[in-house]
Amino acid sequence: MPNKVTAAIVGPGNIGTDLLYKLLRSDLIEPRWMIGVDPASEGLELARQRGVEASHEGVDWLLKQDELPELIFEATSAYVHREYAPRYAEAGIRAIDLTPAAVGPAVIPPVNGEEHLGADNVNMITCGGQATIPMVHAVSRVTPVPYAEIVASVSSASAGPGTRANIDEFTRTTSAGVETIGGAERGKAIIILNPAEPPMIMRDTIFCGVSADADRDAISESVVRMARQVQEYVPGYRLLQDPQFDDASDATMGLTKVSIFVEVEGAGDYLPPYAGNLDIMTAAATRVGESIAKEIAR
Amino acid sequence: MTITPVSGIDPAIDVLARTWMQTDPESGLDLRLTDTCLRDGSHHKRHQFVPDEVRGIVAALDAAGIPVIEVTHGDGLGGSSFNYGFSRTPEQELIKLAAETATRARIAFLMLPGVGTKDDIRAAQDNGGQICRIATHCTEADTSGQHFGLARELGLETVGFLMMSHTQPPEVLARQARIMVDAGCQCVYVVDSAGALIMEGVADRVAAIVDEIGREATVGFHGHENLGLGVANTVIAARAGATQIDGSVRRFGAGAGNTPLEAFIGVADKLGWRTGVDFLQIVDAAEDVVRPAMPEECTLNRMTLMMGYAGVYSSFLKHAGNAAERYDVSGAQILLEAGRRKLIGGQEDQLIDIALMLKAKNDANA
Repeated sequence: MPNKVTAAIVGPGNIGTDLLYKLLRSDLIEPRWMIGVDPASEGLELARQRGVEASHEGVDWLLKQDELPELIFEATSAYVHREYAPRYAEAGIRAIDLTPAAVGPAVIPPVNGEEHLGADNVNMITCGGQATIPMVHAVSRVTPVPYAEIVASVSSASAGPGTRANIDEFTRTTSAGVETIGGAERGKAIIILNPAEPPMIMRDTIFCGVSADADRDAISESVVRMARQVQEYVPGYRLLQDPQFDDASDATMGLTKVSIFVEVEGAGDYLPPYAGNLDIMTAAATRVGESIAKEIAR
Repeated sequence: MTITPVSGIDPAIDVLARTWMQTDPESGLDLRLTDTCLRDGSHHKRHQFVPDEVRGIVAALDAAGIPVIEVTHGDGLGGSSFNYGFSRTPEQELIKLAAETATRARIAFLMLPGVGTKDDIRAAQDNGGQICRIATHCTEADTSGQHFGLARELGLETVGFLMMSHTQPPEVLARQARIMVDAGCQCVYVVDSAGALIMEGVADRVAAIVDEIGREATVGFHGHENLGLGVANTVIAARAGATQIDGSVRRFGAGAGNTPLEAFIGVADKLGWRTGVDFLQIVDAAEDVVRPAMPEECTLNRMTLMMGYAGVYSSFLKHAGNAAERYDVSGAQILLEAGRRKLIGGQEDQLIDIALMLKAKNDANA
């Protein structure tokens, strides 16, 4: 590939730095700029050490440069992205948004990864969404899902100040994604930050309510197949148990309850392997960025 | 049936350094009590309260003089779910009913960031809820900022819950309390979710928070009975400076239940601490109104003792029991493993994973 598509990462925190490590390995994307607002940022220093131009003067600095990136990966916060998204679009830069701002359409690679390659702005939902929505879809592609609920447990050490200050955005954006991309009529999302030491590896549970006559074997087969699809870009994505089926009762609102248990171990690029929640975000964003890069190069 | 007291008690032998009157001089109370059987008891009831039960309990507690009554799904606003159990009656309907029934008591509601959202808080206030209690695990106070901010903006009274307080030393709790108070919390509770704290362990934690926040906010204590220490822990919490006290009449709460409020009221009477609650009336309410709404008594048994012993979140009890029955494994083993994995409140889903792991182990040994 002679010409890689150029990219800037905005937000040199945990997510942005982990993403940098992944993009540096990409055959399709060249991460040329790393943008922050704090001169003491570790992420900016790590970028510099790897030959990436780093600035603490923010997006205003980036947009004043003679050469602009073709892609921006936004790894700041929902509020910041909502403010800057229109300016990226004006400058003709495609944005891949790793905050829960939900300015553009949401993308989950194995579900709708190829659907929005022409969009100005795509949103990666949340880490919990990336880990669980594929499984909701795995069930809903077999049988209608009137209600789905996801529980994401992540280690406290892997949840940055942005997530903590805006935890409602996580639940709202994730439950919307469970509906729009997962295919559930109604979705609910729960997040738990667990401070155990050593830090726990991200765990997710997906509960789907389905009709009593749904084909259980077909659901199980679809779930296993989906796990393999996610493993293509997140090798540490694992089903912990076979999908469990509980017969319909009052306690399940009259629906058969399907329970799916997942663990996400990260690749250990910037943060240690327990931070599978960050890894699945940056791996998914890299995958989507590469699909868009192919589209741009075409 | 009305009982006449046998003899007068001899109060005013125990003077509290901090009293609720210093916060609310009009109240005339040394301690302000919150009954939580319509919230913590929701776990024991598997979230199956019906309107008549809520109306009856609120009326009886209100008549006896309980100043605050908490009503919500056990896991807080938005808790109705596969993971925690679906509510038989929507919690917002129950909050509304409670607010309409109470003549003196204020209605409180609980919310856990990550489970409920700001919209749920707004709805609870619309339905008559006046006190917003926001609960986080005791190291994660910084997830509550946006909710305290909203609650204060809406003019709600605020309380912060530091859950599973036994897992952290006093100085850590004090720092977390500071985060909540700076965000708008008016009273920080030491919450012994696992019923694992023992006497001085309570006093040290309450005192550390009092030292940190001074008169900027009050301090509270929420106890569980899993090691049989609810009343004793609450007495020592009050002496250490807690002026808001939780309990559930008839212990109606998760695990082995909460501090039995009627027993604490009797003890407070004897120590000369004014709670504003009539002892004989609350004893009658416990027996005649609350007990009939309970599926069974909250008791110390193999499972509930294990929770206090292993430091396990009390609401895991029913879920561990369900998983044990479903997969034919030991419920006590599930709880011990939950303690070993350091699970915290909200991770009920992991109990199923533990049961499946135990089953696989049993099958392999068979």
